[in-house]
Amino acid sequence: MKFSEAWLREWVSPALETQALADAITMAGLEVDAVEPVAATFHGVVVATVTDKSPHPDADKLNVCQVDDGSGEPVQVVCGAPNVDIGQRVPFARVGAVLPEDFKIKKAKLRGVESRGMICSASELGLEEGRSEGIYVLPPDAPTGQDFRTWLGLDDHTIDVDLTPNRGDCLSLRGVAREVGSVTGTKVSEPTVSTVVARNNAQFPVSVHDGEGCPRYLGRVIRDVDVTVKTPLWMRERLRRSGIRSIDPAVDVTNYVMLELGQPMHAFDLDSLEGGIEVRRAAVGERLTLLDGQEVALDDSTLVIADRSGPLAIAGVMGGESTGVTSRTRHLFLEAAFFSPLVVAGKARDFGLHTDASHRFERGVDPDITRTAMERATELLLSIVGGAPGPITEVRNPATLPHRGSVELRRDRLASCLGVRLADEEIQRIFRSLGMTSSVSGQTWHVQVPSWRFDVSIEEDLIEELARIHGYNRLPATRPEARLWLKADDEATQPLKRLRRHMVSRGYQEAVTYSFVSPELQSLIVPEGVSPALANPISSDMSVMRHSLFPGLIKALTHNLNRQQHRVRLFETGLVFQGALDDLTQTSMFGGLICGPRSAEGWSASREGVDFFDLKGDLESLMAMSGCMEEWTFVSASHPALHPGRSARLERNGVAVGWLGALHPDIRSQLDIKPDVYVFEVEQEALTRGVIPKFKPLSRYPEVRRDLAFLVDESVGVTPLVEAIRAQAGEWLTRWQLFDVYQGAGVEAGAKSVALGLTWQHPSRTLNDEEINQLIADVVQAAQARFGARLRS
Amino acid sequence: MDHLPALVNEARAAIAAAEDAQALDQVRVRFLGKKGEITALLKGLGRLSAEERPAAGERINEAKQALQADLDQRKQVIDEAALAAQLEAERIDVTLPGRGEVNGGLHPVTRTLERIESLFQHIGFEVAVGPEIEDDFHNFEALNIPAHHPARGMADTFYFDATRLLRTHTSPVQVRTMQSQEPPIRIVCPGRVYRSDSDLTHTPMFHQVEGLLVDEGVSFADLKGTIADFLHAFFERDDLEVRFRPSYFPFTEPSAEVDIQCVMCRGEGCRVCSQSGWLEVMGCGMVHPAVFRHSGIDPERYTGFAFGMGAERLAMLRYGVNDLRLFFDNDLRFLSQFN
Repeated sequence: MKFSEAWLREWVSPALETQALADAITMAGLEVDAVEPVAATFHGVVVATVTDKSPHPDADKLNVCQVDDGSGEPVQVVCGAPNVDIGQRVPFARVGAVLPEDFKIKKAKLRGVESRGMICSASELGLEEGRSEGIYVLPPDAPTGQDFRTWLGLDDHTIDVDLTPNRGDCLSLRGVAREVGSVTGTKVSEPTVSTVVARNNAQFPVSVHDGEGCPRYLGRVIRDVDVTVKTPLWMRERLRRSGIRSIDPAVDVTNYVMLELGQPMHAFDLDSLEGGIEVRRAAVGERLTLLDGQEVALDDSTLVIADRSGPLAIAGVMGGESTGVTSRTRHLFLEAAFFSPLVVAGKARDFGLHTDASHRFERGVDPDITRTAMERATELLLSIVGGAPGPITEVRNPATLPHRGSVELRRDRLASCLGVRLADEEIQRIFRSLGMTSSVSGQTWHVQVPSWRFDVSIEEDLIEELARIHGYNRLPATRPEARLWLKADDEATQPLKRLRRHMVSRGYQEAVTYSFVSPELQSLIVPEGVSPALANPISSDMSVMRHSLFPGLIKALTHNLNRQQHRVRLFETGLVFQGALDDLTQTSMFGGLICGPRSAEGWSASREGVDFFDLKGDLESLMAMSGCMEEWTFVSASHPALHPGRSARLERNGVAVGWLGALHPDIRSQLDIKPDVYVFEVEQEALTRGVIPKFKPLSRYPEVRRDLAFLVDESVGVTPLVEAIRAQAGEWLTRWQLFDVYQGAGVEAGAKSVALGLTWQHPSRTLNDEEINQLIADVVQAAQARFGARLRS
Repeated sequence: MDHLPALVNEARAAIAAAEDAQALDQVRVRFLGKKGEITALLKGLGRLSAEERPAAGERINEAKQALQADLDQRKQVIDEAALAAQLEAERIDVTLPGRGEVNGGLHPVTRTLERIESLFQHIGFEVAVGPEIEDDFHNFEALNIPAHHPARGMADTFYFDATRLLRTHTSPVQVRTMQSQEPPIRIVCPGRVYRSDSDLTHTPMFHQVEGLLVDEGVSFADLKGTIADFLHAFFERDDLEVRFRPSYFPFTEPSAEVDIQCVMCRGEGCRVCSQSGWLEVMGCGMVHPAVFRHSGIDPERYTGFAFGMGAERLAMLRYGVNDLRLFFDNDLRFLSQFN
């Protein structure tokens, strides 16, 4: 809602400077977005009369004019505008004037003819966007010699209020004025609207078939109008300052009344209507061409204004092209109606429209202002386009008109909600200033809500009104009191916070990537993955929900690689979305990515690139935080995004919970990523679920360590081999170390040497050599039987 | 015997000439060893008469002790020099950087979220989270925003179908908590939220922290006090001016927007605050009774307040970040500034 400060001050004028007034409006809950001057800065411009005009001797398109600028001396000025003419009142910039953008007017010679000043166009004065057609011709009653700014009241501001959707009642000067009056304690004077006496019996029949959708409809015929006249400048200026373009007097007046009183109206060309007005639901298949030229298909969810020939307008949204006022219109049919918010709500959006009318009807228009608005519009129209009004035709359905009842407010509730007791006088003053009548019985206020307040229906609404007008910042601030309450804390579960910090200390930078990704990238990474797609994505590369953290991490990698960041270590935590909508899981994942040199570049750093085991080591240290490392296994398995020989499925207690591996070379080449990339992702729950440490007594007896080197086929996995060995090594095995894996000279081709250190310790005695030798024999035999392993001599 | 003084002089010269521990030891062996020249003199005492023997023995022993002292002294000098030489040889450039992995860092949004969570956890709030693909009921209906309510236009929603959507705020977590828990309830709900808006000052995904306190006798004054305390703590400025401005959210009443004095210009007016001196940082209000009823809480018995803020906005103000979109580029040069 945009309006001129000067216009508002006609209604209510608190003793506040412009900015203070704007602040007061903001602090009432009507947030002022902008306060801007209604005209650019200029001075030295007066109203002048063109007294003579003759063609320039040396230029086809120029005229030499004489103007009377009130100084007593005629002033000669060369003017290039085609529309300049004798007798016109024009804005005239005298020599010495400064126009917007610091344009100084000086004495000049144009093709040899002296010119002392400039006749201005609207755009040259910053009153019109773009470039105006010709000079700004003022009405004939403009007083020659008067300062132009003063005469047009240009030392005014446009105040733009960003209203919350509950305050439809403030979409008018009347509404804003009421708020300003209330919050500043200033008297509001409403302009008087008189009843227009009908000058004939011309009426156009109205029937309402949907009383729910249209509880009140008023129509009036005005005969013999002349809509070719120009809307008066004062009205055009007010509309301009409210951001509305002047169209023709009929449209301008309806817009003016809408701004003034909040009632959207519509003017039909009476001659284009047939039969009578019918307010009804559209029939399926009916079509309508709107004022903006768009043709829409209607159905029975849409309330329309129709006549015998079919729909004319979408009720409360927009009129139709064929029945709008044109320069040939002779008779008007004016409409002022109350359409219920529910029937208008969402309609405009369904048709891709948003109009001043729909904006107001959706939020609720005062159902009691209809007749006043009709009288006001009639009065204004008659003064501009002339004509003879008929009587008002009204169809009213009292049963469906909004009924604002009385709302109760308990004193105690008010005090306990706000944390303070407001004085009765203050409460009464506030209610009165908001147009609410109140009375007290016992400890309860009974408040009659005015017709324009669609947002007040319960006790809390009244509490808010009192708090708001009294001033939020005058209310007390306290600290809430609560009982101290110690709650159990799950010690076994690792907080995500700790896992994050662990990654940080291992050199990872946390990334936050979008939860929606490009479908192309996603299908490259998880071709079989199903995840929900947005119906209204912001762009196609952000249109499907991520099935995995990999696409986002990879995108972040390429962003950095493209910016000469060659060593990348990233991790991310967040939800992934797997399955169709009806079968959806939203799982918290923990993922990471490494690429580039193993160490940050430095004087003693390794220059080698990262490999699988760098990332695996980081991941294992993360897993170990749960305290149950032995529940995890890395199973050689293939994943479409990963190198088949360098990828592992992560399992905890045999349940698959994630992946680790090298990004598939084929995918790298498709994404134009040169270096090797290693990625992992694991379900967060599997990483955070841990155990509480359990103490085992320390043995006082000596440890025995034996180192064994096995020769096995290179395809044998070390972990299964070790598992088999551990299983045979007896209950006194306390530790084992894998201290070497070797292939090369001394080991036959196709085989590898795996060296283990096994340590035994008995809790209550010293182990003897025979026992140890027996265990080793068992171990060697098991390794031989399952993996064909031989002891290396 | 007569050559003892000459021998001693010779030994002294040899001790002084010894350059290292090994040479010194050879001198010791030569003069004082089992077969050393001084030792030999002692052995030769037997050839002297009983009268001469004590005096001669004493002279030889004195000479021996004197030489031993010289040896010890020389040894100490040599050892000290050797240690000094070793230390000098082992000198390193301690200004070289240390070895090992350099630290990474948390994303500034996480850093901010954790900080906000922690401030509220200190006064007994718990952290609650929930799904991001939500249904119409939890994101709108239960929050007193029925279909076609004009407030639905306030947040441009990403939809999957007629009823499923990406949550536009973390309020659905509040609803889910109220449905499953009895008051008193004190929670903060951090997380990702989504709105179909993308320009200089909007990203289609951002993070919110919402908070909820429900108990008997909770007042608007409590809300004001808590929010002011929070903002003072977050910005670590007790004199930060905070103001409450009436506003509208369908799920709270009374509702307020909270402005702080601009932290960039201290209220003088600058580009960040559009010359107003104020910055809007969060929304809040008393929980609307309709929301309580949707969640099965008796609004006559309990009252509560709720608040919500954008993590990126607070991070920008706290750390002086001037471009929202940087948060999601994941550029290492940006991220590492928060390590």
